[in-house]
Amino acid sequence: MSVAQTSPSILVKQPNSLTRRFSWTRAREQVIRLALFLCGALSLLTTAGIIVVLFNEAIYSFSGTAFFQTVSITDFLFDTVWAPQHPDKPRFGILPLLCGTFVIAGLGGVIGLPIGLASAIYLSEYAKPKMRRIVKPTLEILAGIPTVVYGYFALVFVTPYVLRPIFQTCLGINVDIFNALSAGIVVGVMIIPTVCSLSEDALRAVPRGLREAGYALGSTKYDVSLKVVVPAALSGILASFLLAIARAIGETMAVTIAAGQQPRLTLNPFRGMETMTAYIVNISLGDTEAGSMEYKSLYAVALSLFVITLSMNVLAQWVLKRFREVYE
Amino acid sequence: MSVSGNLREPALAKRHRIGQLFEWLCCGSTWFGMVVLALLLLSIGWKAMAWPTPDADAVDRAAATKTDAKVAASLSPRPLSARFLTSYDSRIPQKAGIKAALWGSLWLLVFVAITTVPVGVGAAVYLEEYSNEGRWKRIIQVNLSNLAGVPSIVYGILGLTVFVRMFGLFGHDGKVLDLNLGFAMLSLPLPFERSVISGALTLSLLVLPTVIVSAQEALRAVPSSIRNASYALGATQWQTIRHQVLPAAMPGIMTGVILSLSRAMGETAPLIMIGALTYLAKCPGKIDGVAAVWEHPTRLLEAPFDVFTSLPIQIFNWVSRAQPEYDHLAAAGIMVLLVVLMVMNTAAILIRNRFQRRTQW
Repeated sequence: MSVAQTSPSILVKQPNSLTRRFSWTRAREQVIRLALFLCGALSLLTTAGIIVVLFNEAIYSFSGTAFFQTVSITDFLFDTVWAPQHPDKPRFGILPLLCGTFVIAGLGGVIGLPIGLASAIYLSEYAKPKMRRIVKPTLEILAGIPTVVYGYFALVFVTPYVLRPIFQTCLGINVDIFNALSAGIVVGVMIIPTVCSLSEDALRAVPRGLREAGYALGSTKYDVSLKVVVPAALSGILASFLLAIARAIGETMAVTIAAGQQPRLTLNPFRGMETMTAYIVNISLGDTEAGSMEYKSLYAVALSLFVITLSMNVLAQWVLKRFREVYE
Repeated sequence: MSVSGNLREPALAKRHRIGQLFEWLCCGSTWFGMVVLALLLLSIGWKAMAWPTPDADAVDRAAATKTDAKVAASLSPRPLSARFLTSYDSRIPQKAGIKAALWGSLWLLVFVAITTVPVGVGAAVYLEEYSNEGRWKRIIQVNLSNLAGVPSIVYGILGLTVFVRMFGLFGHDGKVLDLNLGFAMLSLPLPFERSVISGALTLSLLVLPTVIVSAQEALRAVPSSIRNASYALGATQWQTIRHQVLPAAMPGIMTGVILSLSRAMGETAPLIMIGALTYLAKCPGKIDGVAAVWEHPTRLLEAPFDVFTSLPIQIFNWVSRAQPEYDHLAAAGIMVLLVVLMVMNTAAILIRNRFQRRTQW
């Protein structure tokens, strides 16, 4: 209960909403309260807006026909060809796009998650304060670099100066100019700051007593870090992994620039692939007519993307809550 | 038994070796990020400083056509030069610049700040000061953390439907609403089309969750004794917030806002979705300096509803062009963008450090 509502008539009689007199001050308080509530409710409106827009164009349209009223959902999920531009028989099987998305997010995860976790362990267990003062701002800079810059870096540096000399010249594997590996590498770099800062928070929240108990039993620092602190912070670490992978899946510009525009159902990381996000960008760059099937397919892909990232976020929050170790 | 005696035991020595190895591994991982950052800056800086060396054919062609001195003088010697900042995009790479993108980004920045600061801070104040751990607070809080995880391109689709097309409510060609403001006429196109205002509103929705969460943290750091003291002096809740809590939380809020704005500056995908133009040879509202505003002040009202491009969009456009010269132009554009972001981030860090030291509760 707020203080403002109790002050004026407290000496006369017990205040309640019926006996309270009207005053401009109180009216103003109520108006401000309502205005602030509306600011807060705007975020709910945003969510509702996203859901309504995607639903209306993809699942059931209130004006015209939606995507899934024309294409059956089994075709969408299980057809292996994504060819919306085909003049006679366009095919909408999302598998190639899903494949591209998950190959790149997977590569990013393989690179970014261990490195992020290892640097989090280093920062929380080993590093001296001076080292932390250098590393933390650098990671913040790394997190603040726009994704279009990472895409450029992958295309003009990683592919020609790192991947091609190693794999094409030395090992004789053909590396496309646009390839999933370069995109995966920069996506991995991109998620390092996320993993590192969230995991470090979780590691630092583990109470000192647990570490000291470990040392008292004769453990080395390695044993304490890896067998006591990391398991104790596991819920936070897992949540950071899930959030990072969700970010890698939703990543747009770097993969559009570096991985190309060929929807391909392959696991070969040296070929070009198209992710769901890249498809959305490429469609909106071209001059697709509003209302055409190609245009509506954009909403169907966006809906799939939204569902995947949302469920990963919800899962992360659930893990955080369910597996949290509570220390007194 | 001495420590050195312990170490001679093979099992323990092995454990220490593993421990040392693990420490080096973790240290190496920590440096990995920094090495990549250095490589990224160096390779882009190197590209931005020189044009690609022309191949033999191009040299022959230039010699055959005898490029005259006047034309040669009008070309920039390097991708990143003063000329690059003051000229529009061009089909000739040596003449291209990012003037339109710089002004577009500036307009976006101004409008995103105007919309997110009041709404974001208002929402944070409601959540922290008014809602008493009720159902609303829980729902909004969960919703905020989910919104923060929605990919930016989905916001682009939202912006495209809500701001650019306005659900198609205004027919195929749209309407223009003329409002008389007394001193000037404001023509408000409905829907907003591919204008600065559409882009700014979309970006605002995108950064609002981050602004709200950081403002909440700043408000939470204000000790409740300050609030209680204010109430004890007879102030109402709003008076307390307005005169005590908000000023005390301001540095923290500003830091969060600036960091969110710098994120909005670098955002590309939602702007591509709402159709920011990739080739544009004019600034929004034709304002390209203070002089233009001085001569035609009404253009300030036109600019928000004009087409635009922004720094990351321009960079993306150059990256996707085929000629190698445009790669170097993109590098120059990236350098400019990074400098702008660096300035904003430094400002945020300075504000944080300055006030952290001064206020001690």
